[in-house]
Amino acid sequence: MIEDEQMDLLLTDLFERYGYDFTHYARASLKRRINRVWSLDKFPSFAELRYRIRTDTEYIKRFVEELTVNVTEMFRDPFFYKALRTDVLPTLAAKPFIRIWHAGCSTGEEVFSMAILLKEAGLLHKSLLYATDLNPDVLASARKGIVALSQMKQYSENYVLSGGVADFSMYYTAQYGYAKFLDELAERMVFSTHNLVSDRSFNEFDLILCRNVLIYFDKALQQRVLSLFDESLGLLSYLALGAKETLRFSTLEAKYRPLNGEKIWRKIA
Amino acid sequence: MAENSITTAKKAVVIGGSTGSIDVLLQVLPALSTPLTYVFIIVLHRRNTADSTLAHLLSLKTIIPVREVEDKEPIKPGIIYLAPADYHVLIERDRTFALDDSEKVNYSRPSIDVTFESAADVFGPSLIGVLLSGANADGTAGLKAIKRKGGLLVTQLPETAQAAMMPQQAILNTQVDYILDIEGISSLLNNLNL
Repeated sequence: MIEDEQMDLLLTDLFERYGYDFTHYARASLKRRINRVWSLDKFPSFAELRYRIRTDTEYIKRFVEELTVNVTEMFRDPFFYKALRTDVLPTLAAKPFIRIWHAGCSTGEEVFSMAILLKEAGLLHKSLLYATDLNPDVLASARKGIVALSQMKQYSENYVLSGGVADFSMYYTAQYGYAKFLDELAERMVFSTHNLVSDRSFNEFDLILCRNVLIYFDKALQQRVLSLFDESLGLLSYLALGAKETLRFSTLEAKYRPLNGEKIWRKIA
Repeated sequence: MAENSITTAKKAVVIGGSTGSIDVLLQVLPALSTPLTYVFIIVLHRRNTADSTLAHLLSLKTIIPVREVEDKEPIKPGIIYLAPADYHVLIERDRTFALDDSEKVNYSRPSIDVTFESAADVFGPSLIGVLLSGANADGTAGLKAIKRKGGLLVTQLPETAQAAMMPQQAILNTQVDYILDIEGISSLLNNLNL
């Protein structure tokens, strides 16, 4: 089990040598992640874990991937997706072009969910979905549009609860235990690394989704990231967060109006 | 400093349960004397539906406020905190809650082990871990962590549990301080309320 001072050493190494800044991540959960990698990779001591991190640039990729949480699913919180269908997409439909940013998209399940919503609303052809994550390996996996077939029962139930009426299996082809989504869905996606801790805004969007990322940050970093989103949203655009995340305690609260009980806000000032 | 002594409770209780544990809480909560002077956190395995019916159900049985944990919320005594569906609950050193949607632990999210271990880190010897009825082994590792930091371990008497496995696992694998029936758990909690 890692001590607090040891954790500080590791975080300093990661920042000074590789530019990954985890110092404003929520400590309790970060500590659990580090203990998890420590035991998964069977390091006999802290010294050996630290030595590996300082010297093995290949191992860093794995370490950072394990430090960040990459748990996601399609149509997670189906009623959130239902709100997107009924309250958000109809107003975006009037736009000549729709730009959406999935920040911290992990392995991409939510991006493909969104592409399906857009297709069903007849909007996919004029949309562009920017999907970013700080980790290049999870993005590579997202880009392929492949998920385990064993997940599909759950995903298809979520899809139906979200208001989907098509046969979900028409969106993918199944082979060797995997499902690959139609190329048509991926055609409108742009994948790119972006670190919410250190990188700037890169476009103006009509909708930004950042679900279950802010919970891993401390309050100061949450505020920084929310300001980054605010800079990246046009007037009357939408911001969507995870089920337990809120604008309520941020300085942005007055500029946004919450929608319908779901974690979606519209920029009104 | 004076305001800190009011908001910083001496003791903290974390209660974990699975199958059969809601019925236990529905009996324990009405028996608690008020106001609660300690921190009180409940982690129950539940279906992955993001509704608050469980908080509502529990709130019908007590005048103590029952709240689902919010991310970054400061932990105060006198409130019954409930882990939300589909999130692990962790505790920061500055006594705020932190939510986490990482991998399930013991097939569960929220996991009892995750909250118990994190609470042990922060509350140390002033923590009481209580494990109720359940049909799996979640909670045992968490109780071990509480013991390592000098806290007190309590399990439901397995004969009184609808699913005895969870308290039994703990009794077999840790040094439990008290094994109590439902009434015993209520009165132990009330004795903390000094």
